[in-house]
Amino acid sequence: MLQIEKLTKKYPTGDLALTAVDLEIPEGQVLALIGPSGAGKSTLIRCINRLVEPTSGTVTLKGENITTLGSGGLRAARRKMGMIFQEYALVERLTVMENVLSGRLGYVGFWRSFLRKYPQSDIDEAFRLLDRVGLLHMADKRADELSGGQRQRVGIARALIQDPDLLLVDEPTASLDPKTSRQIMRLICELCKERGLAAIINIHDVALAQMFVQRVVGLKLGKLQFDGSPDQLTPDVLTSIYGEEDWEATIEKVDEEDA
Amino acid sequence: MSTAVLTDVTLDQRLGTAWKKPNFIKNPILRWALFIGAIVYLILAFNSIDVNWSRVSEGLIRGWNFVVAFANPDFFSRGTDIREGLIESVIMTVTSTVVGIAISIPIGLGAARNIAPLPVYIVCRGIVALSRALNEIIVAILMVAIFGFGPLAGFITLSFATIGFLAKLLAEEIEDMNKVQAEAVKATGSSWMQWINYGVQPQVMPRLVGLSIYRLDINFRESAVLGLVGAGGIGATLNTAFDRYEFDTAAAILLMIIGTVMVLEYLSGVIRKKVQ
Amino acid sequence: MPVSENSTGLKVWQIRDRNQTLKRWFGYLLAVAAFMWCWKQISDVTTWYFVWDAPRIAADIGSRAMPPRWDYMGELWVPIWDTLNIATLGTLLALIMAVPVAFLAASNTTPSKTFVRPVALFIIVSTRSINSLIWALLLVSIIGPGVAAGLVAIAIRSIGFCAKLLYEAIEEIDVKQVEAITATGASRWQVMVYGIIPQILPSFAGITVFRWDINIRESTVLGLVGAGGIGLQLSSSLNVLAWPQVTLILLVILVAVVLGEWVSAKVRGAII
Repeated sequence: MLQIEKLTKKYPTGDLALTAVDLEIPEGQVLALIGPSGAGKSTLIRCINRLVEPTSGTVTLKGENITTLGSGGLRAARRKMGMIFQEYALVERLTVMENVLSGRLGYVGFWRSFLRKYPQSDIDEAFRLLDRVGLLHMADKRADELSGGQRQRVGIARALIQDPDLLLVDEPTASLDPKTSRQIMRLICELCKERGLAAIINIHDVALAQMFVQRVVGLKLGKLQFDGSPDQLTPDVLTSIYGEEDWEATIEKVDEEDA
Repeated sequence: MSTAVLTDVTLDQRLGTAWKKPNFIKNPILRWALFIGAIVYLILAFNSIDVNWSRVSEGLIRGWNFVVAFANPDFFSRGTDIREGLIESVIMTVTSTVVGIAISIPIGLGAARNIAPLPVYIVCRGIVALSRALNEIIVAILMVAIFGFGPLAGFITLSFATIGFLAKLLAEEIEDMNKVQAEAVKATGSSWMQWINYGVQPQVMPRLVGLSIYRLDINFRESAVLGLVGAGGIGATLNTAFDRYEFDTAAAILLMIIGTVMVLEYLSGVIRKKVQ
Repeated sequence: MPVSENSTGLKVWQIRDRNQTLKRWFGYLLAVAAFMWCWKQISDVTTWYFVWDAPRIAADIGSRAMPPRWDYMGELWVPIWDTLNIATLGTLLALIMAVPVAFLAASNTTPSKTFVRPVALFIIVSTRSINSLIWALLLVSIIGPGVAAGLVAIAIRSIGFCAKLLYEAIEEIDVKQVEAITATGASRWQVMVYGIIPQILPSFAGITVFRWDINIRESTVLGLVGAGGIGLQLSSSLNVLAWPQVTLILLVILVAVVLGEWVSAKVRGAII
């Protein structure tokens, strides 16, 4: 469903963030993108919805080449890609409901969004999603009154109300405690399964990734280093991605929890 | 209470109901009263401005002349007046800023509640409040009445205004400072002066320098108007130019003021970067 | 931290070496000399006889100014109303012009960094550097004396002030929130309304009230150059040396300023 071919990004400073990355994701697959800081994980998912303009290569979503779209076409394509951010990126001074509804901005006209006059179907869907993530009673709270885990749930609802085909998830658990991290990861994966969504989850917690996803891709210095199932992640593979370290503890912990 | 109600609402009750952004002011009576009050005020206020349109249309030609004059300023036909006025403005600015800072520092120390005893605090805060409440021009009028025409009145006015500005901000800075550092110095058994010198001064110095330069900038701008009431500086020349409709001279003076302010702003940026 | 040896061979610590110390003292000397020269210029054009006489004159004015002429208050209500209008409507007018200027000047929202931004910055600097009294002087000579001139003068003077603070607030917004809105497929204007405006609204409100407070102070003196408000009464009372009236006007101004500060503090507290 999503094809990435020879995707390359070179920043104006001359740093090569991505070098000819090829990746193909079938319908409904949840994929974890791992790799050390600076490996280009964030750049890769931002190149997919062109928050960062790729230097060369193509991104094709459902047969449509995104890299050549004009601004109107790009906006339409972005509607089909929900994005969930590290540190939530909610608009803090808007209410929870407004934040969720902002996921529909690509569908409603300017004046409707300006006057907050969304179609009733959008409003119902927003309430349904808030109920699904367990925040219905918070609908009229301001986003900055929420805890970290709650904010990320609102972020998830905002991405899902776009009715996307693909979720781009950038370090969803980076600023959450271990328990909340798992709850959030579980929620994302469950929702993907319910709706048959594909997702690219950019994550640095290897153990957490192994717990929830079907496929893991390792990125190192902007190049693809590993592509396989979670149980193929051996200490050797991790060393090839992150460098020398004692990996037994990381992997063992996961095995225990799975059992 | 509304949150309690919200918690009880189930999804089924919510579906199909309209959603409205919660209002910023929750009480509807207060909201409408404020809204209507604002409209009524605006209507009354607009109606109380009487504009003499024939005078305006006549004036627009003059306004256009002024715009043209800006493109073509005349620095020379009253060159001596401009030069002397500008130098006098600069002199007033420099002296009043220096003297103002020198007086503000002790007053600022006295107006900081965490280092000054209560009686001193009250007196110093009183001075600051008085200086801030009185507009520079009004002070200048009084000073001219008392000391006679000339830059001395302007100098006193600006020094007085500097005190209100600088002492207040300095006092706030001292009140916000890091207590631990100051305590550490006190713990060495230092005297009060030593304590201020080692515990307080290093913490507030960068901000004091920044504020002083900012005040220099303000004082220059103010010195340009004090001349209107006879307190010296370029203002008198400017006033004469406007009275005689000599827009090209006025434009020249204004451009020089803008230029000087820009230079001062640039310098203050450079110096502030260096200090921090 | 130079350490040198003195004649007896003992090590001496000084915070600066001799060269640095000399340079420093030379700098101080220059500064003092410059200050003294400036002071001499002022002193040369001052009639010191008047200055020595100042305490007596001040006492004389003081005795003549007291008590304030309370019954003059009846003539002050209209000028007070005008002053309030100049400040309030002037602030509103300024905001209408300052908001677009601020968006054009902020480096993250300006359409063009090479052409539009410098123009916007020039508008900000030039309106800010010129005192409202000078603007009033100019406007009185263009559109004639009266409240309108004062109102426009206050508005122009406030553009630069408000636009500067506002564009700094725009440049400090959290870009991630803007990115998140962009990622939903929102248009440029929707990103503005959902991503940028909510973030700058508190500073916008703060700036408005702050400037309104300043404008109350400034509008009290605009009348001195004929631009309406209570300054007109002040100026005419001064011209006829009616000191008891001057005292009353100064008291009124003082009360207005204190009230203005109180209101603005309350409103700011309510918003933030």
